[in-house]
Amino acid sequence: MSQSPAILSTQNLVKEFQGFRAVDGVDLNVREGTVHALVGPNGAGKTTLFNLLTGFLPASAGRIALGGRDITGQPPEHIARLGVARSFQVTSLFAEVTACAHVELALQATAGLGRSFWRSDKQMRRFTSRAMELLDQVGLARHATRSAGSLPYGHKRALELALALALDPKVLLLDEPTAGMGLEDVDRTVALIGRVREDRTVVMVEHNMNVVGSLADTVTVLQHGRVLAEGPYRDVRSDPKVVEAYLGADVA
Amino acid sequence: MIRFVVTRLEAHPAWVRWGLLAAGLLLAFGLPWTLYPPVATDILCWALFAVAFDLLLGHAGLLSFGHAAFWGTSAYATGLIAIHSGLPFYAAVLCGAVAAAVLAVPIGFLGVRRSGIYFAMVTLAFAQMVYFVANQWSGLTGGENGLQGIPRTLPGVDLSDSFVFYYAALPVVLLGLLAAWRVVHSPFGRVVAAVRDNPARARALGYPVDRYKVVVFTISAFLSGLAGGLYAVNHGFASLQEVYWTTSGKVVVMTVLGGIGTLWGSLIGAGVIVRLEDWLATAGFDEVGLVTGGIFIVVVMLFRRGLWGTATHLLRRRFGALSEDTGEKHRPEHDREAPSQPVPS
Repeated sequence: MSQSPAILSTQNLVKEFQGFRAVDGVDLNVREGTVHALVGPNGAGKTTLFNLLTGFLPASAGRIALGGRDITGQPPEHIARLGVARSFQVTSLFAEVTACAHVELALQATAGLGRSFWRSDKQMRRFTSRAMELLDQVGLARHATRSAGSLPYGHKRALELALALALDPKVLLLDEPTAGMGLEDVDRTVALIGRVREDRTVVMVEHNMNVVGSLADTVTVLQHGRVLAEGPYRDVRSDPKVVEAYLGADVA
Repeated sequence: MIRFVVTRLEAHPAWVRWGLLAAGLLLAFGLPWTLYPPVATDILCWALFAVAFDLLLGHAGLLSFGHAAFWGTSAYATGLIAIHSGLPFYAAVLCGAVAAAVLAVPIGFLGVRRSGIYFAMVTLAFAQMVYFVANQWSGLTGGENGLQGIPRTLPGVDLSDSFVFYYAALPVVLLGLLAAWRVVHSPFGRVVAAVRDNPARARALGYPVDRYKVVVFTISAFLSGLAGGLYAVNHGFASLQEVYWTTSGKVVVMTVLGGIGTLWGSLIGAGVIVRLEDWLATAGFDEVGLVTGGIFIVVVMLFRRGLWGTATHLLRRRFGALSEDTGEKHRPEHDREAPSQPVPS
């Protein structure tokens, strides 16, 4: 594969919680247009790394750059507006708002209508058809008028994905996009990520190795907050260090 | 007959809302016929204040315990402008509300960095500073004596009769209520509700949540200022009471009594409290706080949604679609378990 330039990179990134280093000197280079998977056992620092990349946690040390621009210390809303959208591992939605209104809210964020306090919210209907398209893509068209709180877990995950896609981001960060989904939904999500990666970069935390294997160009294995191995999936999965540390008896 | 009406209303839930609106307007226009007119105007002012407060508490989820700062600042500013400029009282009230909004920007800016009880404490601290300034700067505010002799100026109209003044004040209040309703049901209002429910998710979508909170805080302060300015003109007088913490507390009681987040419930809360205080004072009962406080406790313990909130909850269960908020917010509970039906497209 050709080496495209890094769109999202970190240099010696550290996050320390009261003496405990959750992320301990990570150098990450996510190349533009690739799907980059972060894997590792629980507590390896994957979600912390996500929170650092999206500004939800301040870094203790190190640098984060997006397309060559230093974004260390930027608040989450700035990073989102620079074209980095994320989903949350623990589903994070507005419980009483319908699925369709969720996506409308996300579409409105990029359109800048949200500042209008003198207009009717009927203005938001201009986003409805696009919102329905996105819901259809993630398989939620039938549930558009249901409140997010009433959706089953797998559908909530799909809605998370629709929200991130609604921002039309350059970089899509997905925290366990298929967790809790049934087999059929996993296949649809994998196909969807395969489609949306055409014109963007995807970074995902994922435990399902079938998903990682079928989507990821590059896999970074984290352990104890450090990078244990990095490379194409087939190389990483046969790396003895990785086999010992993480994949264990399942794969070896 | 009743059965017929009920079935018609079930078929057309919008009629219930128009009916309630018509009843509310009728009540608003008829109020000074049934009450001592200055008290009727007081109800108007407190009603707008309580709705402005609910915009912040119910829809943005921010509990301010210093809203007297905005009500009172506008009362003084309106009074000073009315006394010294001779402008029509509408202009004076508008300037007073702008003064309240200007004050709200720095307070909101510093306050929204904290949430919950800390936000309440920050706003209380600022309101106490405003009280201190009003008390010390007696050359301007009259200190303990208050600001006396605020005129009801309107060229060509004699407003000295409180009955007439009520109808001069009513449009201001109705416009203020309309503004609050518009803000709640605007694209901005949707974002504010989202920020209240899940600030982290709103930030991930790219919404600067603190800025939204400051803006809604400022709008609330502006509307509170409209109310406070009108109140000062109504009484021809602005006193330290207007910036005292008990005024901040009173508006909290009204909003909670009516029902947090219902907007119109605050009107009822304000009406009940002002009417009750007037009645008790007339009867020569001094411990007004004992009674309003007692009612407050009973309502909080028994009707958690407040008077209006409880009433609409019961009505909504009866009529299904009668919804006060953004429509989709109140899906029926039984939707939760129902299997989803395919929608023909």
